[in-house]
Amino acid sequence: MAAAALSMPEIENKAMNLGIDLSTIDFDNIVLPPGDDFGINSDDEDILHEEEAPEFETGYGNVIVVDNLPVVSPEKFAKLEGVIRKIYGQTGVIKEGGLWMPVNPDTNMTLGYCFIEFNTAQEAKEAKEKTDGYKLDKSHIFVVDMFDDIDRYMNVPDEWTPAEIKPYEAGDHLQHWLTDEKARDQFVIRAGTVTEIFWNDARQVRPDPVYQRQYWTDSFVQWSPLGTYLATVHRQGAAVWGGKSTFNRIHRFPHNQVKHIDFSPGERFLVTYSSQEPSNPRDTHRVVLNIFDLGTGKLMRDFKGSVDDFTTGGSGGLSGISWPIFKWGGGKEDKYFARIGKNAIYVYETETFILVDKKSYKVDNVVDFSWSPTDSILALFVPELGGGNQPARVSLVQMPGKVELRQKNLFSVSDCKMYWHSNGEYLAVKVDRYTKTKKSTYTGFELFRIKERDIPIEVLELDNKNDKIIAFAWEPKGHRFAVIHGDGPRPDVSFYSMKTGGITARVSKLTTLKAKQANALYWSPAGRFIVLAGLKGFNGQLEFYNVDDLETMATGEHFMCTDIEWDPTGRYVATAVTSVHEMENGFHIWSFNGKLLYRIPKDHFFQFQWRPRPPSLLSPEKEEEISRNLRKYSKKYEAEDQDVSLALSEQDRKKRRALQEEWETWTARWKQYHEEERELRLQLRDGEASDDEGSQEQYEAKEVEAEEVLDVHEEIVD
Amino acid sequence: MRPILMKGHERPLTFLKYNREGDLLFSCAKDHTPTVWFADDGERLGTYRGHNGAVWCCDVSRDSTRLVTGSADQSVKLWDVQTGTQLYTFNFNSPARSVDFSVGDKLVVITTDPFMGNPSTIQVKRIARDPADQTSDSVLTIKGPQGRINRAVWGPLNKTIISAGEDSIIRIWDAETGNLLKETDKESGHQKTISSLCMSADKSHFLTGSADKSAKLWDSRSLTLLKTYQMDRPVNAVAISPLLDHVVIGGGQEAVNVTMTDRRAGKFEAKFYHKILQDEIGGVKGHFGPINALAFNPDGRSFSSGGEDGYVRLHHFDPEYFSIRM
Repeated sequence: MAAAALSMPEIENKAMNLGIDLSTIDFDNIVLPPGDDFGINSDDEDILHEEEAPEFETGYGNVIVVDNLPVVSPEKFAKLEGVIRKIYGQTGVIKEGGLWMPVNPDTNMTLGYCFIEFNTAQEAKEAKEKTDGYKLDKSHIFVVDMFDDIDRYMNVPDEWTPAEIKPYEAGDHLQHWLTDEKARDQFVIRAGTVTEIFWNDARQVRPDPVYQRQYWTDSFVQWSPLGTYLATVHRQGAAVWGGKSTFNRIHRFPHNQVKHIDFSPGERFLVTYSSQEPSNPRDTHRVVLNIFDLGTGKLMRDFKGSVDDFTTGGSGGLSGISWPIFKWGGGKEDKYFARIGKNAIYVYETETFILVDKKSYKVDNVVDFSWSPTDSILALFVPELGGGNQPARVSLVQMPGKVELRQKNLFSVSDCKMYWHSNGEYLAVKVDRYTKTKKSTYTGFELFRIKERDIPIEVLELDNKNDKIIAFAWEPKGHRFAVIHGDGPRPDVSFYSMKTGGITARVSKLTTLKAKQANALYWSPAGRFIVLAGLKGFNGQLEFYNVDDLETMATGEHFMCTDIEWDPTGRYVATAVTSVHEMENGFHIWSFNGKLLYRIPKDHFFQFQWRPRPPSLLSPEKEEEISRNLRKYSKKYEAEDQDVSLALSEQDRKKRRALQEEWETWTARWKQYHEEERELRLQLRDGEASDDEGSQEQYEAKEVEAEEVLDVHEEIVD
Repeated sequence: MRPILMKGHERPLTFLKYNREGDLLFSCAKDHTPTVWFADDGERLGTYRGHNGAVWCCDVSRDSTRLVTGSADQSVKLWDVQTGTQLYTFNFNSPARSVDFSVGDKLVVITTDPFMGNPSTIQVKRIARDPADQTSDSVLTIKGPQGRINRAVWGPLNKTIISAGEDSIIRIWDAETGNLLKETDKESGHQKTISSLCMSADKSHFLTGSADKSAKLWDSRSLTLLKTYQMDRPVNAVAISPLLDHVVIGGGQEAVNVTMTDRRAGKFEAKFYHKILQDEIGGVKGHFGPINALAFNPDGRSFSSGGEDGYVRLHHFDPEYFSIRM
């Protein structure tokens, strides 16, 4: 600031010197010349300057420079020109008069380079890529550059200067929220244009605001998988935020028109995606994928291509990509990422960002694959081919090395879906098979036990195998799974366990709950508890079920509920109605056992997301020890709970008393007025005595019998 | 609490009124014929035939002999309660929206809608003891507020007139001169159309309901905001319990949304709030359309609600209601 904050007396002095009477000046009416900030930066200016400099069109984007041509005399000029035209005519259309080979005016010899102008910049780029390094003959290897790049190369300094090493700046404490004394969890909501982050303060039965910001994101927000960052999405790219007290911007990832983002599970990388509408309607969409390093903010690799290259199977089409395109594997180290292509799976490793073994993994007709959440194992599905001559198959492949661990052939399959257990211990494959007539399908499960020797496979069919499978879910940290199956409005819910019997574990059914209004399953992240939810058509019926004791803990209803999410510790459940429709928008918070804690209505409610937590650092043994001695630990917390609830009710009482007292002063005054005005009121009523507006004095109810002759009719009786 | 369903109207209800003793209930609807019911068992006693348009409002005199009704047929009619005969008709050149007897029943305040270029008015008429002497002269005419005036009532001792309507401002007028005495400001006042206004039994305070999804309680002498009851839907009708510190608030939603609302969404409940603590006590479901009218029996032991669905629901409170502890 040039005029560094003048204090009021200084301003008055200055005015005196200049002979201006300050009192006559209306400061609000002073208009500064536009575009001049008088050296005073506005708060958001540096943000503006940080924005990427706009790209200038020089108009030479479609021109390339070809160097290392033979130097020829005028006689051979035409021949060389012919050769060049032939070479570059293959890659694109050279503009009319778009080939210019300069000639040395003294010697009449060519200078050994030429300029070629194509119709489009696209063609020029392609020509450069294809012919850079083209061998015309032994001594003439083409060096092709974009005309626009020449300037840039000219400006490269000849001398190397060592890069400046920035002093180390201590980063913000990104995990600070985990140190909350009350061990609360955070969540983010987006309603209208405002994005807000709250603590879920279940003791106080209300959310406790942490941070709020308007227009924080252009489309949505997303927590990173371990909760360290919150990502926002903008037209210019994505940004991640985090920090100790407030949310500071940690990194920005420039990517124009970014549409989707995806974190790697170990929070090492961020994938951003955009697709651009082609200028020519016959062309396909252009897709750009960038992979950034979350720690440094650096772009690690980009993938570009037409949308067809990134879609597989028949479900292509305009926007037929299934997000995420890249699936991350290799557990929390983010060692590999892979995408599916035609007849191949492309597996990349994150050390070098190139294909594993430098080539794709060929699998004919592969349509689906998924990674084990903990190991570098790929599960892939190949459908039936040749009208059933070649069976469908599911195989497990170990990376690196591409060793097939297990394979299972399946017959008359219509569709397959794979569900990994979160520990990577089991894989359930839901197989839809045709019946003999091929008119309908029925469903069965193939259950793989990944961690056991030779990976045994078990086939599970439901009691009634014609039942449709509506939902399937593994119990996190457990050995059970739940299935909703059945036709019609009231399907059944069944629970199975993978661990029953003696040494040879077999899958067995625990129980079936008949006729439930449910179409979605939400296990607690800690296992044991599950919410059976009836979303959409079922209007938000909720059932909180304890799978250990096989009993319903509570039922509830959140009318029109669209989304359900457990908090990362499994203590609370959030149910939300998002802006799919306009009514009833907002969210409810329940305890794990189905007690409604509080509800917050919010118009135009778009998003609710709990902040994830990193996995516990305690070993399983330690965890077990704690749960065995729970009584010892819980005493402290119960006491705290009681204190809080006492304080709350005390607060409440005080508030109520205050309100009551305030009201009493009002009514006392009114009564006084009322008394004073009694005489006047009587006059107005012509002296009618009773002053009661209501009927405090009892009116007498008298029963009056009245007889009325309706008709007289004479009848002669014999 | 088992309600008595009173089906007598063919169109949406607009207004409900108990007489002073609380034995008669008068109902107005868009179907032209105000109806009187036994407030105890819901038996229909009779109708008042003569209006030729929706009836928006009514009031009954303290001695339950005279009924005054305001209608969209641009008239206000005076009836004999017992016989149902028309005693007099005040004609206007725009629909009459609200009527209210003064203390002593010698005056009646009437509001008329803005119509065909006529602005909305508040008019005071004198009611003669003998219908034969009745004239149509206005004692006082107030013009000024923009938009419809949905309700105008007498303040304490007939000294003031309190009006509220589409412009979301509550105004207190001098009943002698017609001067504006007080009006609500932007901060404390309603944000949208005020749909209803209900006086307490002793006229010391009143409750207003508005499309801004809130109901507010005001001091009728100073026009001080006392309480605000926040709802999740537009408010169409309000009533104050004469017995307990309760208020009942009914609503629905904008007409465009009604068909898209499931009855189970609970939008059509009559909600009870604690008048002083502003906490919700409970709700009474039943209507399958928005609630347009609410009234407490003067003894506070029953209340009735009238809905867009054409039903009047008469509720006698269970004994537990009187022992609710907050």
